[in-house]
Amino acid sequence: MATIKPQADTHLDEFVGSLGGVSRRSFLKFCAGVAATIGLPAGMAWRIAEAASSPHRLPVIWLSAQECTGCTESLLRSTHPTLEQLILDAISLDYHETLSAGAGHQAEAYKQHSLQENKGKYVLVVDGSIPLKDGGIYCKVANRPIVDHVREAAEGAAAIIAIGSCASWGGIPSSSPNPTGATRVSEVLKDRAVVNIPGCPPNPYNFLTTVLQFLAFNSLPELDSKNRPKFAYDRLIHENCERRPHFDAGRFAVTFGDEGHRQGWCLYKLGCKGPETYANCPSILFGDVGSGAWPVGCGHPCFGCSEEGIGFTKSIHQLAQLRNVTPPAAYPNISEPVGQGITPGSAALVAGITGVVLGAGAVATSRLGSSSDNASADSNDEHD
Amino acid sequence: MSGHAPIAGRLLTKPFIVLALLFMLAVAILLARFIFGLGAVTNINDGYPWGIWIVIDVMIGTAIGCAGYAVALLVYLFNRGEYHPLIRSALMAGLFGYTLAGIAVIFDLGRYWQFYTLLLPWYVQLNSVMLEVAWCVMAYVVVLWIEFTPTFLERLGWHNIREKLSKVLFFFIALGILLPTMHQSSLGTMAVVAGHQISPLWQTQMLPALFLISALLMGYAIVPFEAILAALGLHQPLETPLLAKISAVALAVALFFLALRFGDLIWRDALGLALAGDIQALMFWVESALFIVPVLLLATRTMRTNPRLIFLAAISLLLAGSLYRINTYIIGYQPTAGATWSYFPSVTEIMVTVGIFALEVMLYLLFVKYLPVLHGAAAPPRART
Repeated sequence: MATIKPQADTHLDEFVGSLGGVSRRSFLKFCAGVAATIGLPAGMAWRIAEAASSPHRLPVIWLSAQECTGCTESLLRSTHPTLEQLILDAISLDYHETLSAGAGHQAEAYKQHSLQENKGKYVLVVDGSIPLKDGGIYCKVANRPIVDHVREAAEGAAAIIAIGSCASWGGIPSSSPNPTGATRVSEVLKDRAVVNIPGCPPNPYNFLTTVLQFLAFNSLPELDSKNRPKFAYDRLIHENCERRPHFDAGRFAVTFGDEGHRQGWCLYKLGCKGPETYANCPSILFGDVGSGAWPVGCGHPCFGCSEEGIGFTKSIHQLAQLRNVTPPAAYPNISEPVGQGITPGSAALVAGITGVVLGAGAVATSRLGSSSDNASADSNDEHD
Repeated sequence: MSGHAPIAGRLLTKPFIVLALLFMLAVAILLARFIFGLGAVTNINDGYPWGIWIVIDVMIGTAIGCAGYAVALLVYLFNRGEYHPLIRSALMAGLFGYTLAGIAVIFDLGRYWQFYTLLLPWYVQLNSVMLEVAWCVMAYVVVLWIEFTPTFLERLGWHNIREKLSKVLFFFIALGILLPTMHQSSLGTMAVVAGHQISPLWQTQMLPALFLISALLMGYAIVPFEAILAALGLHQPLETPLLAKISAVALAVALFFLALRFGDLIWRDALGLALAGDIQALMFWVESALFIVPVLLLATRTMRTNPRLIFLAAISLLLAGSLYRINTYIIGYQPTAGATWSYFPSVTEIMVTVGIFALEVMLYLLFVKYLPVLHGAAAPPRART
């Protein structure tokens, strides 16, 4: 167990500069957040902080196949204080087509250098699907099919992460009719374990958390049967959705802009795929701008971007298949009854009961003597 | 020697038949409730999820059922053996009050078929006040039946088992004092949880204490109430000296309750609302008057030997405790400021409550006529060791 050590404290202070202007406080807060996301005790934040600010930075090779750079964009837009700076300084991003300072032969040469130098130590990240049709000619970098790059880089990689739905299960490029024969990364690296972080784009924190766990503990998070980290993908969106109570109560938006839609009711009938999509979107949201900032929160049905066979496959307004909850056969009213006040009948009944109680009390009292002697001597007709 | 005996007499009297009809009507309404749902027979709604089925059948029902608790407290905790003649009829009031309250809760549960999950530990949420109440009430119903078992055993003549049971009965008697202390106060806590939705005239952190004390008070009131009605209706001897004593206890508890109630209102600076002139203020004064009247009726020793005054005071206390609960949970309750929720019990709702009370009286008649419950009953006491 990592405990709070004084030297760790000073160590972090020394590296303030390396944090790219992030204050020590916000940096530690971020690391504590990461620790919490992967279910570690708060004390572990120190280890993550140490690892993330270590002078021996984790080399990362990022290969882009058939992709739209959305994954990179969303990663750069993660706004936990200047995270892009932090992550570029915490890890050594040795090759990334969008972000590398060098270009052309220079960038390729540096990649080769890093692959040799850090053999067995670097993390390989792939975004985009891999086209295999016609020898993989539909996506070429440096005049070689991307599949060759991926296989080459995978050889010396300590861990392989497929980021985005394209890399995880094929994504848009693999949608029918799939002209390029696009497929997932794990399909071309069958002998290697590939961590899938699906989503279009995936939430950057699911990726960062995975990387930082590897950085700090040299291990990968627990994965499900589709090799997705369980901390992020073990629950259906439907299970934690803020609109779930409306589903349970049978309150649905039926068309965009209708009464129910404006009231924030459940989007299931607009084709929301929350009931069949596994992701933590409702819990950690998107874009760091506060509550409601995720597709369903904004009023758009989830289209299952992270789920193979759902996103880019089922039509957006097709009804989701309910996995573990079926809606009741009969729904309660849309407009809740507000209750009715007093009615003549109920008023008469209450008055009658009050009268009977008071009357019976009065009769009983009158039959009671003022002393105990004659009490039991009194008889009454009721008992006949 | 217990000195308790069954009283003779026919069971199917006219009042009994009327009560049976009322009960059957309630059963018919409940049938409709279980087929068509709560909305079909009650006026409860999302704003007022708790109507009289909870507040009267359960909260007031169990508070009346506190007779057994209140007398057991005197007899066993304060070692006042002279109250022992009252214990059986008091326990019986508790038996009916609690058993029927436990059953009545099921009528009000929207998803009653999940009731059994209460007993499955892996579903337990230990911070829940409701859970505490549910467990305590269920446990106390069992304890009450065990406490009452000697009466059945005597009737059946199984004295051997009776002797064995009495060796372990102290344990159940202790539980029988612990459990109501826990859940009667928790019934107040449930209102604390409702927060600002309850008028400051009733909402206070003292609610658990006030609910516990007023339940005790109703327990001490139901004993003379029942004894006097039995004397009148069933020609039983009236044990006035004993009732005078228990009325003195009731007086002391009532004074303590009033001091706590008004002290709390003044301390919280909430008494001004009592002059607001609305329905809540009116009901507050009716409730307070019903608590104060018995104090005046039982003020002196001479007054406390007058069965008429004892009886009136007992009725007043019972109504006071009942109204205190109705006020806390219904009159003083406002679901959302500015919302249009309203609640008044429907005819069918009221008739179910009437039916449950009718059943309670029917069971009382059945038990006192066939079981050795009443002390020094008119019929010769059954000889036993």
